[in-house]
Amino acid sequence: MNETAVKRSVTPGLRLGRASFVWRPWMVFVTLLLAAATFLVFCLSIGVGDFPLGLPQVIATLFGQGERVDEFVIMDLRMPRALAGLIVGVALGVSGAITQSIARNPLASPDILGITGGASAVAVFLVTVSGGAATAIVDSVGLSAAALAGGLGTGLLVYFLAWRRGIDGLRLILIGISVSAVMQAITIWLLATADIRDVARAQAWLVGSLDNRSWGEVWVALWCALALIAVVSCVAFQLRPLHFGDEVAAGLGVRYSMVRAVLLLCAVLLAGVAVSAAGPVPFVALVAPQVALRLSRYPTPPLVASGLVGALLLIGADLVARTALPITLPVGVVTAAIGGPFLVYLLVRANLRKGR
Amino acid sequence: MSTTVGIRPASEAIEARGRRVVGLGTLMAILLVAGAVSLAVGTRALSPVEVWHGLFTVPGSDQRLTEITLIMQTVRVPRTVLAIVAGLALGVSGALIQGYTRNPIADTGLLGVNSGASFAVVTVILLFGLANPYQYVWFAFLGAAVAGVIVFGLASLGRGAGSPLTLALAGQGIAVFLTAMTTAVALTDQASLNALRFWNAGSVAGVGFDVIWPVVTFIVVGLVLALTTLPTINLLNLGDDVARGLGVNITLSRTVGIVAITLLAGATTAACGPIAFLGLMVAHVARYLTGPDYRWLVPCAGLLGAVVLLVCDIVGRVVTRPGELQAGVVVALVGAPFFAALVWRGKFKTV
Repeated sequence: MNETAVKRSVTPGLRLGRASFVWRPWMVFVTLLLAAATFLVFCLSIGVGDFPLGLPQVIATLFGQGERVDEFVIMDLRMPRALAGLIVGVALGVSGAITQSIARNPLASPDILGITGGASAVAVFLVTVSGGAATAIVDSVGLSAAALAGGLGTGLLVYFLAWRRGIDGLRLILIGISVSAVMQAITIWLLATADIRDVARAQAWLVGSLDNRSWGEVWVALWCALALIAVVSCVAFQLRPLHFGDEVAAGLGVRYSMVRAVLLLCAVLLAGVAVSAAGPVPFVALVAPQVALRLSRYPTPPLVASGLVGALLLIGADLVARTALPITLPVGVVTAAIGGPFLVYLLVRANLRKGR
Repeated sequence: MSTTVGIRPASEAIEARGRRVVGLGTLMAILLVAGAVSLAVGTRALSPVEVWHGLFTVPGSDQRLTEITLIMQTVRVPRTVLAIVAGLALGVSGALIQGYTRNPIADTGLLGVNSGASFAVVTVILLFGLANPYQYVWFAFLGAAVAGVIVFGLASLGRGAGSPLTLALAGQGIAVFLTAMTTAVALTDQASLNALRFWNAGSVAGVGFDVIWPVVTFIVVGLVLALTTLPTINLLNLGDDVARGLGVNITLSRTVGIVAITLLAGATTAACGPIAFLGLMVAHVARYLTGPDYRWLVPCAGLLGAVVLLVCDIVGRVVTRPGELQAGVVVALVGAPFFAALVWRGKFKTV
C-alpha cells in the first residue's frame, strides 16, 4: 500500500513495524488531558492539609528537588493516602472497563462479580459477631486482609461457577448477580440483627475510606496493581475484537476463550487490590468506564482512559471530602455523589446534541 | 418454547397456547395452596378448622375463637395479602424493566425507585424524627415516585428519548447519587442508620390494612397500565425503527410502561422495603417457561413473583422460630442458588 492511499482513508492508520493502530486524535488528546488533570489533582491533594504546601513545592519535592521539611510531610505523611487513591481509582476503572467489555453490558461492574459483596459480608461478620473465632481472626490477620480473602474467594467462586467450556458473558453476570445477592442478604441480615454501635462501625467500613493508609499497605497494593496492569496491557490488544462476537473474533485470530479468561481474572484481582487498599468503594468501576467512553468518543470502554477517570474521580472526591465539606465523609460517598450525576449530565448532553 | 424459524402450523401454535394456559393455571393453583398454608403457619400454628373460624367468625362470645380471629385478621391475612400483591407487582415490573431497557440484568431498582425510597426514609427520620414505619411509608412512596420521574425525565430529554441504554444508565447514575446521599445521612445520624438497616431487609410483615389498601390501589392501576403496553413491548424489541414503521407510538408506549413500573415498584418498596433480585430472577425464569412473547411472559413473571415471595415469607417464619427471617433476605438466600443452578445449566436466553 503506498503512502497516498493511507492518507486518503477515512481514519488514517499508524503502522510501526508489525503493530498498527487507528489514529484517533481526539481520544489521544482526551487521554493526555485526563493524565494531566490526574497529576494536577494528585499534587493538589498532597498539598492540602494542616501544613499547606503550594503546587510548585509539591512538584519540586516529587522530583527530588524539595526541602527537607516538605519532603518529610509529603513522602512520609501524605503520599500513602494520595497514592492509595491513585491505585484504587486506576484499578477500579480498568477492572470496570474489562468487565463491561466482556459482559458486553454497560451495567456490569466488578461489584456484580462478587468481590465487593464477599468482602463486605466477611467484614460485617467480623465486626458484628464478637468473641471466639471472629476476634481471633481480626487480631491475627486484620480486618482488611480477612475481608480481602473473603472477597477474592467469592470472586473466584463466581469465576469457576460461570466456567463451563469457557466464560460466557450472560452466564457470568447472572451467576455473579446471584452470588452477590446471597452475600448482600447475609450482610443485611447481620446488620439487622447486630448491636447498633457495631452497625455504625461496619457501615463506615462498607463505604470505603482512604484514612490512615500506611506505606506498607500501599507498597503491596502498588506492586500488585502494576503487575496486573502489565498482564492486562499484554492481552488488551485482543479485547476489541471480542466486541464483535465470538465468531468474528475467532476469524480475526483471537483465542477468545483464553483472552476472556485471563482478562477477567485480572479484573477480579484488580478489584481485590482496590478492596485491600480502601475497602469496597462502590460505583467507581461502574461509572468510570461509561464516563471515559463518552469523553473520549470511543465505541467501547477504553482501558487507559477508564483507569484515569477512576483515579481522577477518587482523588478528586477525596480532595473535596477533606476541604469543601462541612462534615467528614468517607471518600466512597463523595465519589458516588459526584460520579453519578456527572454520568447523567454526559448522557443528557449527548441526547440534547443529537436533537439539534 | 418454540425456536422454529419460519411459519409454524396453526395446530402447533394452538398447542403452545394450551401449554401456556395450563402453566398459568398451575401457578394459580400453587399460589392458592401457598396462600392457605401462609394463613396457618407462624409462631402460633393454626389448624385448617381454626383458619376457617378465624376468617369467618365474628369476634365476641368464645375467648379462644376471639384470639384466633385476632391473629388472623391483624397478622396473617394482611401479610399474606401483601406478599401476594407485592410479589405480583415485583414480578411484573421486573419483566417490564428488562423489556424496556433490553438488558438482562435490569432489576426493579434500576430506575432509582429503591434508592429514592431509602433516601426519603432516612431524610424524614433526620428532619422530623419519625420513629414508626407507619409514618414514613408514604414518604418512601413519594421518594420512589420522584426518583422514577426524574430518571425518566432526564432520559427523555432531546432525541433518543428513553432509549434503552440512556434509561438504564440514567437510572443507574441517579441511583448511585441517591444511595450516596442515603449513606451520608445514615453515617451522621444513628436513628436513621437504625431505621435503614431494618428497612433494607425487606419484609412483608407488620403492615396493617390501613397501609395495604392504598398500596393495592396503586398496584392495580400499575397492573392495568402494564397490561395495556404488553403487545407494544414485543414490537419495541424489534428496534425503534421497525416499531415506528409498524405504527407504534414509541414515546407514549415508553411513558406508560415507565409509569407502570414506577407505580408497581414504588408502591411495593414503600410497603415492604427494597426486595432486590426477585424481579430479575422471576423475569428470567418466566422467559424460560413461556418464551420471549411479553403477552405471556409478564403475567407468568407476576404469578411466579407472588408464589416465590409468599413461599419465602412462609420459610422465613419457620426456619428461625420463634424469631423470623425477613422475606427479602430469604428470597436472596434461597432463590439465588436455585437461580444460579438454572443459569449454569444454560436455561436462559438473553433479552
